[in-house]
Amino acid sequence: MAAVSMTVNGRGVRGEVEGRTMLVEFLREHLGLTGTHVGCDTTQCGACIVHVNGLAMKSCTMLALQCEGAAVTTIEALAPPGKPLHPMQAAFREHHALQCGYCTSGMVMIALDIARRFGEPDEATIREQLKGNICRCTGYHNIVKAIAAGARAMARQHA
Amino acid sequence: MSSTPPKFASGSISRPLPRLEDERFLRGGSRYVSDLIATSKALRVAVLRSPHAHARIAAVDASKARTWSGVIAVLTAVDLTNIGDLPCDWASPGMDVVPQQPVLARDRVRYVGEPIAAVAAETAHAAEDALAAITVTYQKLPGVADQEAALEDGAPRLHDAVPGNIAFRFPRAGGNVARAFAEAGVVIRRRLTNSRATAAPLEGRAVLSDFDSRADRLIHHTSSQLPHVHARSLGKCLGLPLHKLRLVVPDIGGGFGAKLGFYAEDVICALLSMRTGRPCAWKEGRGESFLATTHGRDQIQYVELAARRDGRIIGLKTRIIADLGAYAFGMGPGVPAINTGLSVTGLYRIPNVETEVIGVYTNRTPTGPYRGAGHPEATFLIERVVDDLARELARDPIELRRVNFVPASATPYLLPTGLTLDSGDYAAAMDTALALAGYAELRKQQVQLRRQGHYFGIGLAAFAENSGVGPSMAMDAVGFRRAGHESARVVVHPDARATVFCGTQSTGQGHTTGLAQIAAGVLGIAVEDIAVVEGDSHAIPFGTGTFNSRTTSIGGSAVYEAARKIMDKATKIAAHKLQRRPRDLVYENGLFRVIPHPGARSSITRLGMKLGERIVRIVVKRRSGFALHVPKRGVDSVTFADIAREAHLGHDLPLGMVPGLDEICFFDPKDMLVDYGVHVAVVEVDAETGHVALLRHVMLDDCGRIINPLLVEGQVHGGAAQGIGQALMEAVVHDSDGQPLVGSYNDYAMPHATDMPAFETARAEIPTNLNPLGVRGVGEGATIGATPAVVNAVLDALAPLGVTDIAIPMTPMRVWQAVERAQHDLSSRSTSPSGHDAFVEATRLVPESRS
Repeated sequence: MAAVSMTVNGRGVRGEVEGRTMLVEFLREHLGLTGTHVGCDTTQCGACIVHVNGLAMKSCTMLALQCEGAAVTTIEALAPPGKPLHPMQAAFREHHALQCGYCTSGMVMIALDIARRFGEPDEATIREQLKGNICRCTGYHNIVKAIAAGARAMARQHA
Repeated sequence: MSSTPPKFASGSISRPLPRLEDERFLRGGSRYVSDLIATSKALRVAVLRSPHAHARIAAVDASKARTWSGVIAVLTAVDLTNIGDLPCDWASPGMDVVPQQPVLARDRVRYVGEPIAAVAAETAHAAEDALAAITVTYQKLPGVADQEAALEDGAPRLHDAVPGNIAFRFPRAGGNVARAFAEAGVVIRRRLTNSRATAAPLEGRAVLSDFDSRADRLIHHTSSQLPHVHARSLGKCLGLPLHKLRLVVPDIGGGFGAKLGFYAEDVICALLSMRTGRPCAWKEGRGESFLATTHGRDQIQYVELAARRDGRIIGLKTRIIADLGAYAFGMGPGVPAINTGLSVTGLYRIPNVETEVIGVYTNRTPTGPYRGAGHPEATFLIERVVDDLARELARDPIELRRVNFVPASATPYLLPTGLTLDSGDYAAAMDTALALAGYAELRKQQVQLRRQGHYFGIGLAAFAENSGVGPSMAMDAVGFRRAGHESARVVVHPDARATVFCGTQSTGQGHTTGLAQIAAGVLGIAVEDIAVVEGDSHAIPFGTGTFNSRTTSIGGSAVYEAARKIMDKATKIAAHKLQRRPRDLVYENGLFRVIPHPGARSSITRLGMKLGERIVRIVVKRRSGFALHVPKRGVDSVTFADIAREAHLGHDLPLGMVPGLDEICFFDPKDMLVDYGVHVAVVEVDAETGHVALLRHVMLDDCGRIINPLLVEGQVHGGAAQGIGQALMEAVVHDSDGQPLVGSYNDYAMPHATDMPAFETARAEIPTNLNPLGVRGVGEGATIGATPAVVNAVLDALAPLGVTDIAIPMTPMRVWQAVERAQHDLSSRSTSPSGHDAFVEATRLVPESRS
């Protein structure tokens, strides 16, 4: 067991983990942040995407110990309880971009990363940028629409 | 053709309402079984699985694992006395021997991934580590991993009681097939393979089982599409009565049929909890999922189609060899026998039909229903050969379909296989799809592009699905050991909010919203004021569950009828309060009003009611000394909220009425209904690399009356993606001994966003009269239609090169090989290779490097 400390959703946390403990396991089982999911164990599906120091990362293939001192943001931080949804979350709801919801937190977290990097991306860019994410329910149609709309709403917010 | 329209008191129906459940998921508030496990103190269970496709187990030694640090309990087959095998609840008719999978393998393993032992430990890591300390001594046996090889003389036999590995033969016939073929002007013969695929929901299966020994009660959380059925299965395996076993299904991260099976891990976790006195939890790794969760499809289909030269199809013969995998598991055998066997004629009027489905055991993971469950296989079969016929006769495939469709005027149409197409206008559906696609323009474009050396193809598929399982009385005849109805209970609370309990189970379809819309429509209250509860065997009276696109048509109808009962009672209370007859009231948006000028009979009734109440008041006052409530005069309306409160208080109800607003309905349909549609796929094939680009995918569905167009669209999009996946990339592949060559999303190609076009959709809305809502199914239709549409488009694109067949999935390798082969054939033959006797050489589903 080794000690690890990091900032998760703006709060300093520490824990004792086995060396083989993945970041996602630390988030879910030690911190109870179960909004981030594991779909494939092999970095294909992206259900586990969180932001580490501002970058989208697959938390199922990152050791908790690698995140020593890092700032981690998960889906739970986007809209605090009682506050309205983040524009990207709202766009997912508006466009029916989720069905079973299992890939959703990863999709929203990558969507924010896409919006950060591309501003208002076109459809082809969004599809290309979703290569590391799998959704088995939606056929991606509405996810692509939602990300375009969410990115637009975010750009308007910043303007 | 249409039924009496359902009666709604608000505009909640047919609205594209965003889902009520979304916000919770979007905020990270999911409650999948694995989420419950993460925050529980449960012991973690790991399962030791067979690495061999076929072997005798000489010995299992778990003594070392039992002493492993952190290990609390270990189970092997010898620890399972009096534990039942896993039930098969859909055997084919005529299937005498039903070899069920044991919870843990006893003396023999029959597929890679079959459970042998289980460990419960303090942590997941400790449980996994301890598996390595269990020693199993195997005697390897020859395996067979192909259903045709399994039928050969001398093939390894999987079950001693099943000679030739034949689980069943299910023949159906109608008309005079011999004469049809004798009279045919043209006969198409094909051997098709419908590849093995898997549902691969993003959430694997998971179980959290908690036995309370003091209360002698088990609370069992599991990811199941059939909560009540699986409660019964679990109770049967464990010998637990149902009042002591509460099976709860929280959120499910996709099912698509894979969570219809009842699996070993449910029994393992429950048993470990009963033995250790602690909650026990297991969650499936992705690798385990590929081995130990049912696969789907996997049929070899021999097809002969007889037609006249004018294009009229007069006969169909099929012999379908279905791979059941190693056991008769869950719904496995019934899927090919009934769903494929009875649906081979598609939407066509084919008077003479002979079909046989042969179920075969092999050393592979058991198969079960996968989105569409037998219908995609049947549709693939018929839509492939109808296109082949069109090519043979040099006719446009749409013309040929138009000539052969069952006309709307002939519905309900009894197919020679025994199924009924209840209603629908298939030609009109095709015309709408073609108009949306711009078919005529596409054909012109194709001529031009072909001249420029582009391989541009247009593919069509018309599909039907017999959906909405029921009626119950017919289930036994088709070997289905389950009910065919659905239950719903609607409770209106004293504050006029409501809870809907339904025996269906959402795996992501949006039942929380759709069923609430139905109830809201009837009750005339806001959708947001309704909660939907599914997945609790103690909270819900009974449930048949979610599959066969039956939730809205059957479960939704149960909700509708239960809510109607509520309204009947509420209207009687309102009439009593307003001193009118119920028929003199109208109800809309939460308000009962007296209709203007209700007439002389109403006035007479009113006088009578007033008189009656006065007498009651006088009698009560004389006997008890208390004064009853005097109704207000001159009031001509009352709110639903007032009625809801009154119904619970019971202060002023009509004489003899019991209090409460709580009604149950078991809806059992008269027959199955048909949902249908037409897909048009447009592709461009790169003949140099074999890559297929799906440029457009156009879909027309008739799912009857629509409750929420947003949810319907979602089902259509997602369904299409899975159908396209099977056409172009997805395949579960084993080597000839049964060793799986696919075990992760790395090597099982699932569609990504770049593989999919933006979908183009439209809908016909012809209500069925088989349920009060007039709704048909929609959850599986697009999966059924998409595969053959894309396959036909690719073959259309490559027709100029002489390509007539490519096995699915049409991977770049296979497409490239087919192009190479066709060009080689063209250059080596002096005559044209086309001809109706050309029996296409089989391209088996084997690893591509070997084919």
